[in-house]
Amino acid sequence: MANKISDETIEYVGILAKLELSCEEKENAKSDMEKMLDYIDTLNELDTAGIKPMSHVFPVNNVFREDIVRDGDGSADALANAPLAKDQGFKVPKTIG
Amino acid sequence: MAKQYETVIGLEVHVELATKTKIFCACSTEFGGAPNTHTCPVCTGMPGSLPVLNKQVVEYAIAIGLAVNCEITSVCKFDRKNYFYPDNPQNYQISQLYLPIARDGYVEIESGGAKKKVRIHEMHMEEDAGKLVHDEWDDTSIVDFNRSGVPLVEIVSEPDMRSADEVLAYLEKLRMIIQYLGASDCKLQEGSMRADVNLSVREQGSDKLGTRTEMKNLNSFKAIARAIEGERQRQIELLEGGKPVIQETRRWDDNKEYSYAMRSKEDAKDYRYFPEPDLVPVVIDDAWIHRIKARQPEFQDEKILRYREEFGLPEYDAQIITSSRRMAELFEKAAYLCGKPKKVSNWLMVETLRLLKEHGMEPEEIRFSPENLAKLVNLADTGSINSSVAKEVFEKMFGEDIDPESYVNEHGLMTVNDEGELHAVLKKVIADNSQAVSDYRGGKKKALGALVGQTMKVMKGKADPGQVNQRLKDLLG
Amino acid sequence: MDICSMTALELGKRIRQRELSAVEAAEACLARIEAVEPVINGFVTIDAEGALARAREVQKGIDDGIFTGPLAGVPVAVKDNLCTKGVLTTCGSKMLGNFRPTFSAEAVRNLEKAGAVVIGKTNMDEFAMGSTTETSYYGATKNPWDPGHVPGGSSGGSCAAVAANECPFALGSDTGGSIRQPSSFCGVIGIKPTYGTVSRYGLVAYGSSLDQVGPVARSVSDCAAVLEAIASHDKKDSTSIRREDDDFTGALVDEVKGMRIGIPKDYFGEGLDREVKDQILHAVNVLEEKGALVEEFDLSLVQYAIPAYYVIASAEASSNLSRFDGVKYGYRAENYDGLHNMYKMTRSEGFGAEVKRRIMLGSFVLSSGYYDAYYLKALRTKALIKRAFDSAFARFDIIVAPAAPTTAPELGKSLIDPLKMYLGDIYTVSVNLAGLPGITVPVGQDAKGLPVGMQLIGDCFAENKIIRAAYAFEQTRKYEAPGLCSDRIDAAAGESFDREGGR
Repeated sequence: MANKISDETIEYVGILAKLELSCEEKENAKSDMEKMLDYIDTLNELDTAGIKPMSHVFPVNNVFREDIVRDGDGSADALANAPLAKDQGFKVPKTIG
Repeated sequence: MAKQYETVIGLEVHVELATKTKIFCACSTEFGGAPNTHTCPVCTGMPGSLPVLNKQVVEYAIAIGLAVNCEITSVCKFDRKNYFYPDNPQNYQISQLYLPIARDGYVEIESGGAKKKVRIHEMHMEEDAGKLVHDEWDDTSIVDFNRSGVPLVEIVSEPDMRSADEVLAYLEKLRMIIQYLGASDCKLQEGSMRADVNLSVREQGSDKLGTRTEMKNLNSFKAIARAIEGERQRQIELLEGGKPVIQETRRWDDNKEYSYAMRSKEDAKDYRYFPEPDLVPVVIDDAWIHRIKARQPEFQDEKILRYREEFGLPEYDAQIITSSRRMAELFEKAAYLCGKPKKVSNWLMVETLRLLKEHGMEPEEIRFSPENLAKLVNLADTGSINSSVAKEVFEKMFGEDIDPESYVNEHGLMTVNDEGELHAVLKKVIADNSQAVSDYRGGKKKALGALVGQTMKVMKGKADPGQVNQRLKDLLG
Repeated sequence: MDICSMTALELGKRIRQRELSAVEAAEACLARIEAVEPVINGFVTIDAEGALARAREVQKGIDDGIFTGPLAGVPVAVKDNLCTKGVLTTCGSKMLGNFRPTFSAEAVRNLEKAGAVVIGKTNMDEFAMGSTTETSYYGATKNPWDPGHVPGGSSGGSCAAVAANECPFALGSDTGGSIRQPSSFCGVIGIKPTYGTVSRYGLVAYGSSLDQVGPVARSVSDCAAVLEAIASHDKKDSTSIRREDDDFTGALVDEVKGMRIGIPKDYFGEGLDREVKDQILHAVNVLEEKGALVEEFDLSLVQYAIPAYYVIASAEASSNLSRFDGVKYGYRAENYDGLHNMYKMTRSEGFGAEVKRRIMLGSFVLSSGYYDAYYLKALRTKALIKRAFDSAFARFDIIVAPAAPTTAPELGKSLIDPLKMYLGDIYTVSVNLAGLPGITVPVGQDAKGLPVGMQLIGDCFAENKIIRAAYAFEQTRKYEAPGLCSDRIDAAAGESFDREGGR
C-alpha cells in the first residue's frame, strides 16, 4: 500500500508549514514523505482498538499559577532580538488593512 | 409570489476574563500601556519559554459555564491551533478543541415578548492575540504583544437565533450574566467582548440548514445588527440570482455596510489541532464545582422576584434595575441604608438613567456610592433640600461622587425651616409686590406663582416651595 | 597534574581544597579547547571572556563560603539548544545565528547555583534533529576516537567535547536518544532522566512530550552529581515533577546482588552489529558475575517505536518550530514580497534540509483528514509501548539494551538515506515515548577502536537503579580516553597552529 504524494499535497503542506521548496526539494520531499508514510503505515498492523491515545505519560493534573502580577517592563527584552523594530514594536510586512 | 426566507444565526462570542494576569504568564492584563511593556518570554513566544495555567481563568470559566447551564467537563485539556500570523507570537494559539471546559448549555432570552432558549454548544478557554497597528507611511504593520495571552473564553452557540433582535437579546443576556459574575467587563468597544456571526438563510418552512458564512470584526451591537441585515440580504440576493452561498469567513466593514470575503491562498484554514504537550490536563471534581456554585451571585431572575417581594418594587422597576449588576448593588445597599426602596428606585430609574444616556455611559460605569445615594434620598425625602436642589446635588454626585450632606452644608443649600426668617421674607415679598397681591386677592389665582417665585429667589432656593405656597395662601387669605 | 583529564568531582574537590582555582580550571579547559577544536568542532560558541569572569566570581564565592558544592568552580559546556542569557544560542541553525536569549534555561541556572562555570555552547544537529551532528549549520562535529567518524547526535558536540577532555562534563538533551547514542559513540556516560525530572524551561523545544535535559560526563559519579544539581521541580514547567527521591549520588554503590536484569530478545536480534552485541553481552556477564539475575524476555512492539516516534516528534516539532518566522528573533530573509512570502523565504533559507523534512512530515500528519490515522494512531501505539514497559518492569529492575545498532558511522554516510538513519534510533526512542530514564556506559571497543556503549533502562523514577548498575559495572572497567585520537589531534592542532602563523 505504497503512499503517493501529489504535487498538490506538497504545495499544500508547504503553505501550512510556510516553506517554499525548490523543484528539487519538492521531488525529494515527495519521495521522503512517501517512504516515511509507508513505514509509518506499519502501525496499522497493530490493533489499537479501545486504546486511549496517550499524550502525557504521567497522570499529573492541575498545575496552576496564582493570579499574581509580576511587575516590570518587558519591552526591552522582548525587542532585544527583533530583526526589525519600530515604535517599540516588531515591524512586519503589512497585514490586511 | 416572492419566496419568504428565514435567517439562521449562531454566535461565537469571545469574552476577555477579568483576571489580573494573563492566562499562561504573570504579565499584567491591564489595558493600554506602551507597546510590549506587558510582556515576558512566554507571551512573546521566546524559544524555550513554557506556559503555566492561571487558576483564576479556570475558576471564571467554570463560573460562566455553570451560569449558562453547561455541563462542566471533568477532565479538560488544551490543544494547539496552528496558524501563522504576526499577532500570534508562537504561530499557534493555545485553545481547547477536543475537550473544552464546558458543553451543552443554554440561556433564556426574551425577544418581541416571547421567551426562548438559545442553546450553547460548548465553551472553551484560550489565549488572546497581540495587536497590529498599521503604519500607512511605509506600508508595514507594527506588532504589540501587550494583549497577547490575555485570557478568553469562547462561547459557541447552536444556530438557534432567527433575527438581529434575538442576537442582541442573547448578547445582552450573556453580558449581564458575565458581568454579574464579575468575570469580565464585557465592553464591545474595547474588545473585551467580541462576537463572530455565523449566518445562513433558508426558505421559510425548510428544516435544512443553508450554507453559512462567518462574519468577523463586529465592534458594537449596532454593527452586529447591521451586519446581520446586510449579510441576510446578500445571501438572499445570491440565492434569488441562482448563485450559491460560499462557506467562508467575511469581514464586516461597518462604514461601507458591506462584508468582504477574507480569502487567501495562504490561509488554508487547516489548524492542525493537537494536544498541547506543555500543559497537563485540568481535572475538575464535584467539590470544586460545588465551591464555585456556592460562590455564584444571585442572578437577575431571582433578584427580580426578591425585589418585588422584599421591597415591593413594581416588576418594571425591578427588571430595569437588575439588568445591571452595578445598578442592582447600588439599589440594594442604598435601600437598606435609607429604608426607602421606592425612592431609591426612582432616583435610579429617572435621573440616573437620564444622565447615563446623556453621557453615553453604561450602568457598570456609575461612580457614586450607595451610601451617598442613600444620603441624598434622605435629604430630599425629609424636605431638608427641595427637589430642584436635590437634582442639582445628584448631578454633582453622579459626576464626582461627592457626599451630599457635606456638599449641601458647605454650599448652604439646606431648606430653611426657620419659621421666623421665612415669615419675615414673606411679609417683605407681600409688601414689595402689591400689584400681584391685589391681583391674587382679585381672583387671579395665578398671581400666587409670581409671589412664590419671588420668595424662593430671596431665599436663594433653600425654602420648600410647597410650604411657601401654603404660607402665602394663609397670609393672603 | 592534568586538569583536563580529571572528572568533574575530582576537579571540584581539588578546587575546594585550594589545590587549584576555578580560574585555572577554566583556563586549562579553554587551552585544551583551543588545541583540539580545529579537529573536533564540538563548540558553536566558546565564551572565554565570560567563562573567565565567571570563574573569578565563583572563586570569590568559594573563598567566601558561598559555593560549597561538588561542582563549584568546575567548567561545563552546554548544548546549544539550552538558553544562556546574553550568550549566543543557535540550536545549530542558521535560523538562530544571532539569537541571544534574555534568560537562562532552568537547568543552566541550577548549575550556576551550584557554582559551575559555563565555558561555551556545544554543537548539535540542527534543532536536535539528527543522529550524527552533521545537520548543524556550523559544520559537523568529529568523533575524538577517529575524526573520520561522526560523534553521534544530536548532542554530538557535548559528548565529543567531554570525550576530548575539552570539559569535564556537559549538558545535553535527549528527545529520541540524543544523549545516549552519542555517549555510546564517544565512549562517555550520559543520562536521559525520567520525563519531568529536569525542567524544560529554556530548552528550545523539539518534541515537547519527549524532550529531557541530562548530563554527559566521564564517570557515572559525575553524571549522578550533575543530575542531582540540575533536577528540580520548576513552577515554570507544568510538566516538571516534584521528586522526593533525588539523591542520585546515594545510588553510587558497587552492589548489584539480586538485581533483576531483563534482556529484551527483540533488541539483540537482527540488525544489531555483532561486535556491539558481544561487547554488551560481555558487560551483562560481568554484572551477572557480580550477582545480578539476568533473564531474556520479549519486550514486544519494538518495531513500532520508530514510526510512532517520528509521527509524534515531527508533529510537535512542526508546531514548536513555527515560532521561527523572522518577526521576533533570529534570521529574516533579506528579499521578500509581503508577509507570507517573508515567512516562506525566512524559513526556507533559515532551516536546513532535515529540519524541513520533519516540519513537512509533521504538518502533513496533523493536517485535516490525517490526524486520526497518523497522530492518534501513534499516541495509541505509545500507550501500548508504555504498557509493554510496565509489564517488563513488573519483572525486572532494569533493562539492558544497545544504544545504537553499530558504532559511530563514518562522516558523510548517514544523511544520504534519512529513513535508514532513523532506523538507527530503534533502541532509544521507546524510552522517550514511555518517559523512562536511561543511561549509557562505555563497555568496550570494536575492531576499529571505536567505543561501544551499553544502555541501561529503568522504570519511571528509578534512576537510582540504573545509576547503581552503571556504577557497579564501571568499577570493573577503567574509563578509557580516546587514545587513538590524541596523536591525530595533536598533529591536526599543530597544523592549525602553523596555519594561523604560529601564535
